[in-house]
Amino acid sequence: MKNLTVEKNGNGIVAVTIDCPDSKVNKVSSGLLAEISGLLDSIAEDATVKGLVILSAKDDNFVVGADVDELGAMKTRDEVVTYITKAHTVLKRIESLPFPKVSAIHGNCLGGGLELALVTDYRIASDSPKTTLGLPEVQLGLIPAAGGTQRLPRLIGLQNALPLMLTGRNLKARKALKLGIIDEIVIQHGMKDMAIKKAQDLAGGALKKASGKKGLQQRILDSTLNRFLDTTPAGRGVVFSQARSQVLKQTMGHYPAALAIISSVEFGFRHGIEKGLANDIRIFGELVMDGKSKALRSLFDGMTALKKNPYKAQARPVKKLAVLGTGLMGHGIVSVSTGICDTILMKDVSLDAAAKGMKEVYRGLDKRARSGSITRFERDVQYGKLLPCAGYAGFAGTDVVIEAVFEDLALKRKILAEVEAATDGRTIFASNTSALPITLIAEGSSRPENIVGMHYFSPVPKMPLLEIITTDKTADWVRATALELGIRQGKTCIVVKDCPGFYTTRILIPMLNESMKLIEEGAEIKAIDVAMKQFGYPVGPVTLVDELGIDVAAHVAKGEVRKLFDARGLKASDGYTKLFEHGFKGRKNKVGFYVYDETGKKGLLGLGKKKGGRPVNPDVYEILGGSRKPFKPEEIQDRLSLAMINEAALCLQEGILSCARDGDIGAVFGLGFPPFTGGPFRYIDAVGAKTVVEKMRRLEGTFGPLYKPADIIKQMASKGRKFHAS
Amino acid sequence: MAKKAEKKARRVAVIEGCRIPFQRSGTGYYDLMAWSLGQFAVKGLLARTGVSPQDIDQVLMGCVANDIATTNVAREVALGAGLPRTVPAHTCTVACLSANMAFTNGANLIETGNADAVIAGGVETFSDVDIKVTKRYRRFILNMTMYHRPKTFADTLKHLRNMSPLDFLLPERPAVSEYSTGLLMGQTAERLAKRLGISRREQDEYAVMSHQRAFKAIQDGVLEKEIVPVVAPGKDKAIAHDNGPREETTLEKIGKLKGAFDKRYGSVTAANSSFLTDGGSSVLLMSEEKAKELGLTPKAYLRAYAYTGQDLVEELLLGPAFSIPAALKKAGLSLSDIGVFEIHEAFAAQMIANVRCLNSRAFAKEKLGLGREVGEIDYDRLNRYGGSLSLGHPFGATGGRLITTCCNRMIDEGQQFGIVAGCGAGAIGNAIVLEAAQA
Repeated sequence: MKNLTVEKNGNGIVAVTIDCPDSKVNKVSSGLLAEISGLLDSIAEDATVKGLVILSAKDDNFVVGADVDELGAMKTRDEVVTYITKAHTVLKRIESLPFPKVSAIHGNCLGGGLELALVTDYRIASDSPKTTLGLPEVQLGLIPAAGGTQRLPRLIGLQNALPLMLTGRNLKARKALKLGIIDEIVIQHGMKDMAIKKAQDLAGGALKKASGKKGLQQRILDSTLNRFLDTTPAGRGVVFSQARSQVLKQTMGHYPAALAIISSVEFGFRHGIEKGLANDIRIFGELVMDGKSKALRSLFDGMTALKKNPYKAQARPVKKLAVLGTGLMGHGIVSVSTGICDTILMKDVSLDAAAKGMKEVYRGLDKRARSGSITRFERDVQYGKLLPCAGYAGFAGTDVVIEAVFEDLALKRKILAEVEAATDGRTIFASNTSALPITLIAEGSSRPENIVGMHYFSPVPKMPLLEIITTDKTADWVRATALELGIRQGKTCIVVKDCPGFYTTRILIPMLNESMKLIEEGAEIKAIDVAMKQFGYPVGPVTLVDELGIDVAAHVAKGEVRKLFDARGLKASDGYTKLFEHGFKGRKNKVGFYVYDETGKKGLLGLGKKKGGRPVNPDVYEILGGSRKPFKPEEIQDRLSLAMINEAALCLQEGILSCARDGDIGAVFGLGFPPFTGGPFRYIDAVGAKTVVEKMRRLEGTFGPLYKPADIIKQMASKGRKFHAS
Repeated sequence: MAKKAEKKARRVAVIEGCRIPFQRSGTGYYDLMAWSLGQFAVKGLLARTGVSPQDIDQVLMGCVANDIATTNVAREVALGAGLPRTVPAHTCTVACLSANMAFTNGANLIETGNADAVIAGGVETFSDVDIKVTKRYRRFILNMTMYHRPKTFADTLKHLRNMSPLDFLLPERPAVSEYSTGLLMGQTAERLAKRLGISRREQDEYAVMSHQRAFKAIQDGVLEKEIVPVVAPGKDKAIAHDNGPREETTLEKIGKLKGAFDKRYGSVTAANSSFLTDGGSSVLLMSEEKAKELGLTPKAYLRAYAYTGQDLVEELLLGPAFSIPAALKKAGLSLSDIGVFEIHEAFAAQMIANVRCLNSRAFAKEKLGLGREVGEIDYDRLNRYGGSLSLGHPFGATGGRLITTCCNRMIDEGQQFGIVAGCGAGAIGNAIVLEAAQA
């Protein structure tokens, strides 16, 4: 056998060790399933077997889930159905074995891995921080179809199971124990012997399966409300309808997988587990073939690919990092670096200003310590790496300096000069600007080859994307080091060429400009936001500007990016500037497109929240003028989305982007381009370049050169080709 | 890696020293443990010098009132400052000379070829002293849980028989007096002042001078060279300066205080004694070759040092008077060669007493067996930027501060030689002779 090692001890306990060859991780594949099936045949014939133990030979994973590549390669629904049916048969056979089954879990136990563990009677898991359990299928537009939707709710209760499956969230061992997904936590060494002993004890009847200890409060709740909601058909009905309305509200119905999970669980409770499992096979077959799941899986593949640094050999270690400007951006960058650097200088105009940023970093670390993801000592060690600075003393020997000061070219140049004076040729200067061309900042630099752009997104610890910008002069080792730093900070990084706005800001600007024009033409602010949310954006463009800051939008719209668009003869709106001059900054000063008063805040248990969201600030219309009139949502969606999509295509055409994949990832993870489309390029592929070109020609006729389709789209249309081969 | 021991002792270079701002206990570092104070000092030292943690061979830290949770506090300091786990660390304790001992032990490691680079310093906090329950309560707990576990209820009652309810409530008075003599250090200072006829006014004048010098040094930013600012975890204000020195310390004001150790005839007061302080310090030592290899410019070299032991009652605080001549002899120098003095100020009376003894022929003859006095210390050359009386005295950390200040002063004042000296409980004395590397 290639994947399995089987040993039987004198007491009749069979230990099965999974070790998929040529891979760091164990994945559920047809090959693995076939081997388990064969093993089950031989066990069935052996009357001396008294127990079964399943474990992994990998360093830090049990089974990480299904082999997504294998799934992706399947061309028809039937192929998928055959595959998942095979999995069901194997799992069912394990579940029905007439003796105790124990799984020993260390490391990732996700998706199909957890579904495998769920058919065993007893699960022990290691206390290692590497141990995580979860059913992340929904993130790939799928459902946990190998029994997860049926077995998990029956094990831990409906109310606990649904959120896990609907969010795809991973759990650490401690939380998994609390929920009852695992039965015991042990140290990671000697788990095989412990699992064998457990199987022996269970077989001998010496040990009853422990029922988790519960606190008084939990017991009282269990006996009343929760029991009603979890175990009675009427109660479950309430849970299902609540879950459904919440999912619909959050996803605007764009993610069929989440709804499918609810239906699948509901179906199983209504018709029993056997029919539920059969139903899952059908649903899964449909979802795998669905374009949305394919798009989501393409993003997953893209992210996985971007976790690797092709230039790793040239990267230098980053031990000493300095961050200039310790505001929201600055301390966010520090927060994702405390785990990977030795020393982090936090420089601001005064020590007290730096202290404020340090407090935020500590807050994040303390939260992690409280949740148990790091120890308190580790929290203190990571915090101890920070050094407040008001000057440049101590900057010598810094590997990377990241500036996150105000977006002002003169200021950034001044800071660059100061940093260059305080450091030497080993120090990289990275500018965290969202729009200022790096080449311009680097003008007058004595070491332009050491300069690179690192465009983070706010809030840094939460936003997955990092855009790395190289100029013609950026040295290869500098690019490699910045990329390695970004990857180690946990970011999905795209490397783009320098131009005003780079990739992400550049494609956002036409959309925001067009959204402002719509308001000026008389569109309701809310209508714009609602239309774009229906299109699939997590927030509408007007809300987005309020969050980013109207001052920032005005600033960016005026700068270098404007020159770029002026050159193409595009009419830029000065609406943002006008609002800014009237004191509008958005949420940060509570004067924005929407009204930000405290009453809009979530009240106790979310009950105080007003229906219909925030009211629009009427002053906006007054300042911008015009009268309100209805717009078709489709018109809004086409105008705004195509403005962004076309600009993305231009970036690819001009070589700002090195490939369509980076453009897709950047737009989805940086700007919230609807993930289920897979990104702007996959969107064009799905809709058809020809259709896009036709639509744009129509818009160009009415709204001018902004909608002149990029040559690269036209070429795709004329040749009938796609940006992505698969 | 350290080279095999060479026959000839290697010269030890002081590369850099630094400390966190000293804070009166119960103020800035109220919530921090001692190891964390050391962590900030060591981290700052590494950041400032740009020396990689991988280049450090050993960490030595001084500490007096050690927390039982971190008995080898040097190890927690090292781990906390991000030094590799492969770097061993140990804690030295010699009362107020603990950091001095960490420094000289570290120097020995380098001289003998057992290490190339050492971080030595010290930590102390009095903001969270281990307070003990009464001895009888301790006994009770130990008997009940470990050594004489009761088997019956009657056994339990037996253990309770000798206990009074107050035993469970009141903590034990922390032992601060000299164990062998039962005398408080302040009482010893009082004896010394009376024995040598040091007046209250002289003491107060010295204390005021110390505060004024320290206050001015902070104002002028002189101390910034040796200080790494700290932001206590979760706080949004930086601690950048010592908060001990008080500008408003005037003769008139402190003259009104009553004796702290002798209410009737006392001259030693709260104002002319050092106060409880929290702080941490660290110094980077290297072999000359290692410094060269890493391209670092040393600030000073270690020339010689000496430790002495004295009478526990009459000479408890006279450490410098005994150890300075001993160290000078080893260095082959005389007192007049020394341009910078950094001496630990436990009490104003102790400072004046040591200066007097060093300049006394009788003392030299009787106690040191010398033909003539050691020499006169010019107050202008002594503790120019204040001392323990004003900057504060975190027991285990003070030595690191003295060494750092001494090195910086030698450079600033263009002096070739400097002396660091101090006295410690248990009647130990220490003096370290440093030679400028950048003169």
